[in-house]
Amino acid sequence: MMPDLGKYAEAVLSAYGVSLLLLVLLIVWTLRQGRRARRALQEVERRRAPDA
Amino acid sequence: MPIERTRATAYIWLMSMTDETPIPKRPSGFWSYANPVKFLAFSARVLPVLWWLSGICLIVGLVWGFFFTPDDFRQGSTVKIIYLHVPSALMAINAWFMMLVASLIWIVRRHHVSALAAKAAAPVGVVMTLMALFTGAVWGQPMWGTWWAWDPRLTSFLILFLFYLGYIALWEAIEDPDTAADLTSVLCLVGSVFAVLSRYAVNFWNQGLHQGASLSLDKEENVADVFYVPLLVCIAGFVLIFIALVLYRTGTEIRLRRTRALLARETRA
Repeated sequence: MMPDLGKYAEAVLSAYGVSLLLLVLLIVWTLRQGRRARRALQEVERRRAPDA
Repeated sequence: MPIERTRATAYIWLMSMTDETPIPKRPSGFWSYANPVKFLAFSARVLPVLWWLSGICLIVGLVWGFFFTPDDFRQGSTVKIIYLHVPSALMAINAWFMMLVASLIWIVRRHHVSALAAKAAAPVGVVMTLMALFTGAVWGQPMWGTWWAWDPRLTSFLILFLFYLGYIALWEAIEDPDTAADLTSVLCLVGSVFAVLSRYAVNFWNQGLHQGASLSLDKEENVADVFYVPLLVCIAGFVLIFIALVLYRTGTEIRLRRTRALLARETRA
């Protein structure tokens, strides 16, 4: 299944490994930040609700 | 509508955003997305589709490119790096142009969502730039015999990366969001020079190690068909994931801004 990358295997695999890691980290960080912001806003709005 | 009035209206929308807030009849069309409530509703509708489509395109394109395309007769298996390098470099440059358009809209029309969209795009752009620089270096070492050269295109790309970092730092350094949006917009205008150079340096100077575009409307200049189609699928994946991330991150910025505004109101009360 794995293609024969020959003498460039290290270069190709490191390019894929680092790029995919960066992309996954960006997505995970974005989603976590989004969830945190959503929760914080809900919390503040819940506090405000009785005053409204 | 005078600029001050537009700015005030957008601010009120941002401050008074609730699920019950009626969406104003005007402005209509594209500009109606300056209303944060409408923007969030639109994002919620399109984001699931975008996540799925981008995931499918990325998986299909990268698996196709990595496992099912042959080696190049000159580059060997390093040609497989093209499926990461070209889309990430393309998005690194175009993310800056998207930020430029959003910044201009902020400068001219004072729409807060537009400024927040530019802010939201920067971290995505910086990751794309980093990815392009890294994959380029990893490809360059065996092909050019060096990780790095002070070639016009590479150098302008590195400067673009530094502009991204400066842009993000400037947003974080200024407390007043409107001032931060103003100053970062100016920085974005200046940085656009390097975004253009990153794209056209090869054509302008016709020197250095970096080759010309891998993709062109002129079929003669394109990479061979066997690499071309999976590359297009990867590019589609990168474009879609960029749009999805920017929409999602803009929503996050809107919520953070609203939270800060409500907390400030609580403190004043």
